[in-house]
Amino acid sequence: MAKVSMTVNGKAASGDVEGRTLLSSFLRDSLGLTGTHVGCDTSQCGACVVHVDGKAVKACTMLALEAEGAEVATIEGQANADGSLNNIQQAFQDHHGLQCGFCTPGMVMSAAALLKDNPKPTEAEIRDYLEGNLCRCTGYHNIVKAIMAASGQDVSSIAAE
Amino acid sequence: MPKDQGIGASPKRREDVRFLTGAGNYTDDINVNGQAYVHFLRADVAHATINSIDTSAAAEMPGVVKIFTGADFAEVGGIPCGWGVTDRHGNPQQEPRHPIIAHDTIRHVGEIVAAVVADTLEQARDAAEAIEFSLSDKPAVVDMAAALAEDATKVHEDLTSNLCYDWVFGNPDDDAVQAAFDSAAHVTTLELVNNRLVANPMEPRVAIGDYSRATDEYTLHTTSQNPHVIRLLMCAFVLGLPEHKVRVIAPDVGGGFGSKIFHYAEEAFCTFAAKACGRAVKWTSTRAEAFISDAHGRDHVTKIELALDGDNNFTALRTNTMANMGAYLSTFSTSVPSYLHGTLMAGNYKTPIVQVNVKTVFTNTVPVDAYRGAGRPEATFQLERVIDKAARELGADPIALRRQNFITEFPYETPVALTYDTGDYVATMDKLEQVADVAGFAARRAESEKNGKLRGFGINCYIEACGIAPSNIVGMLGARAGLYDAATVRVNATGSISVMVGAHAHGQGHETTFPQVVADMIGIDESMVDIVHGDTGRVPFGMGTYGSRSIAVCGSAMVRATEKIIAKAKKIAAHLMEASDADIELKDGQFTVAGTDKSVAWGDVCLTAYVPHNYPLEELEPGLEETAFYDPANFTYPAGAYACEVEVDPDTGKVSIERFSAADDFGNIINPMIVDGQVHGGLGQGIGQALLENAAYDEDGQLLSASFMDYAMPRADDVPFYQVDHSCQTPCTHNPLGVKGCGEAGAIGSPPAVVNAVIDALQSGGKNVTHIDMPLSPARVWAAMNG
Repeated sequence: MAKVSMTVNGKAASGDVEGRTLLSSFLRDSLGLTGTHVGCDTSQCGACVVHVDGKAVKACTMLALEAEGAEVATIEGQANADGSLNNIQQAFQDHHGLQCGFCTPGMVMSAAALLKDNPKPTEAEIRDYLEGNLCRCTGYHNIVKAIMAASGQDVSSIAAE
Repeated sequence: MPKDQGIGASPKRREDVRFLTGAGNYTDDINVNGQAYVHFLRADVAHATINSIDTSAAAEMPGVVKIFTGADFAEVGGIPCGWGVTDRHGNPQQEPRHPIIAHDTIRHVGEIVAAVVADTLEQARDAAEAIEFSLSDKPAVVDMAAALAEDATKVHEDLTSNLCYDWVFGNPDDDAVQAAFDSAAHVTTLELVNNRLVANPMEPRVAIGDYSRATDEYTLHTTSQNPHVIRLLMCAFVLGLPEHKVRVIAPDVGGGFGSKIFHYAEEAFCTFAAKACGRAVKWTSTRAEAFISDAHGRDHVTKIELALDGDNNFTALRTNTMANMGAYLSTFSTSVPSYLHGTLMAGNYKTPIVQVNVKTVFTNTVPVDAYRGAGRPEATFQLERVIDKAARELGADPIALRRQNFITEFPYETPVALTYDTGDYVATMDKLEQVADVAGFAARRAESEKNGKLRGFGINCYIEACGIAPSNIVGMLGARAGLYDAATVRVNATGSISVMVGAHAHGQGHETTFPQVVADMIGIDESMVDIVHGDTGRVPFGMGTYGSRSIAVCGSAMVRATEKIIAKAKKIAAHLMEASDADIELKDGQFTVAGTDKSVAWGDVCLTAYVPHNYPLEELEPGLEETAFYDPANFTYPAGAYACEVEVDPDTGKVSIERFSAADDFGNIINPMIVDGQVHGGLGQGIGQALLENAAYDEDGQLLSASFMDYAMPRADDVPFYQVDHSCQTPCTHNPLGVKGCGEAGAIGSPPAVVNAVIDALQSGGKNVTHIDMPLSPARVWAAMNG
């Protein structure tokens, strides 16, 4: 066991982990931040996407010890200071961009990373960027639409809610 | 302006705030004090005799609590099959024992052969490595035709063969059916495969068993679409426990698509092991385990023949299908290729003679059961493909050929046992032609051709039997359960309402839509109504969510219970206003005496029910809580027409979906936003089946596509924005809301449109390709073009 310390959603966090402990396990099991989901074991599904030092990372691809000293942001820290949904979260609700909700934390975190680098992505750019995030419920229609809306684009001409 | 509440409105989903902030409560998010972890050691060979298992070294490993093998479960029952199909000779299906842990024989890769319970998951995994086996390999039975050969190795030595049942449905008179084909002006024949799929909800399965010595009660948390069904099956058939001592809770469920209907070995194991170990036992499936332990879907091989007269009227249809059951019979497995498939073979058409022949087959593969659509996609695919092929052979327009053969008068009794109560297939086709801009296709094709691409247009219709199901009918057909549902409406003293329902959402938004109905009926704000679901300790015995049944069956129970509430509340209001209850009207949450200005509010009546100082106690019980069980009189019949436009790259065979349009008739609609979302999701899965997904086994019974690196799930850039329309509405005639259900349509209706479009594209490029089996990967399309 080794001690690991990092900042998670702006607060200091530390714990004892094995060398093989994944960041996703540390967040879920040691810190109780169960919003980061694990949907596969091959780093394909993207349900565990968090931000590490501002970059989108699949938390299942990183050992907890590799995040020593890092700034980690998870879905639990995304809402506005008053607890209301942030711009991206609100767009997902407004446009029915989630159903079962399991892929949603990863989708929101990926969308945030995309919009940080590309504030007005095209439909094609969004679809391409989401290559590492699987959703089995929505057929992606409303996820793409929500991200376009969150970026301030007019989505009223896109068919259906 | 659309109203923002009640039936027909699209309020934002209540579920979303917790899911969007990481506050959802999925089963794996739950931990029980003192829990141990189980790791299942799973077979890595498809077929073998277990000579011996030595767990002694593993038992000495750090943290190990207990190790279980098949011998530990010799005294409990096997996992039951919920449907008994009678074959063409009147004999019952062959039904093998389905053990919790393999006892003497391994029958598929992924079958549990031992279970290690330890203090931590890592310790359990490490210890499992130390278990030693002596196995004698047996030949794997994988191919269905080979499995049915006389000299085939048997998957189950105690059965007479690998045939589960040989079933005929519709017109059983072979000579009469053959005569119809002999006298036909044209016969179109097509052989096809409905590819094997893995449901892959994003949340893998989880089970946590717990046992209290203090109360002798068990609690199972599990990822289930139907917790009451799991409790009944596990208690009555597997573990022999009294139901009142077992509570099954399914909290937030991260998708299911059928795969979380079934009772699985891991659920019974964790429940059993919790008592045996004296502590809670938790299992979280990895995705790798999910691929080899969740029930698979589809996997049919079919020959279909369509006979037409000289005027292109369909005169007869005959199918011969082999359907894979896998190694054991999963909960609803035997109903899928029989009654959920054969009954749909008439489709939207007035074909007078239909004969469906199905052989179900045991193989050394993962059990196969219902996956979104369950039998109905298989029926739709073969029917709509053979019609398209017939149109091409006859030089007929595929839309006109379908229109000419549409059923137009309702109710309509099909030759395959169903009575369609209502529908308007002409209207949905009209709507589709408009939504899909059929008129503009020629220009779009010309544009694609300029860019060196082949463009194709494909269309199909579909019908489903949903709202599953009338208990008396399915009982006659072999179901070993009723398929009603239940709701309890509990009005609190201050007027807020909890509705306990047997349905259980796993993405469908019931927490939003169900209150829309109750609030609308009473005329109160939706925020005053919540539902409770997913917990046998809190909800009445309901059958759960699958088969597009939640609003049609459970929603109807909820309406019936709310009607009882309103009837009782009117009596209380009548007493308060000294009027006859026949004169009381309820509107916008106010009870008024007809023709007067006397009124009392909903809240006053509720309070009176619980503080009955001024109350007709001699005639009426206090309180305001009612339960209804609702058993549907018939199935519901959502139907529609779908169109797909593809571009095919002639150099690579890569197919891209350029447009996908859907015109559905779901009857009345509670929440249009959610209905659109259900269709989108179904389309995504149907396109996935058509272009990408395939659960492929090698000849040794190894699943080759057992991870997301090998099994091609649809991704965001594989699909377009969809055009979805559900303005054609012929309300269901036999349920109180006039609803039909919308959960499976997209997955049922989309694969044939995609394949029809690709064939059309290839034909437009001068390639005489009449069929390609799904998934239409670039390699398969290229090979067909250059074959």
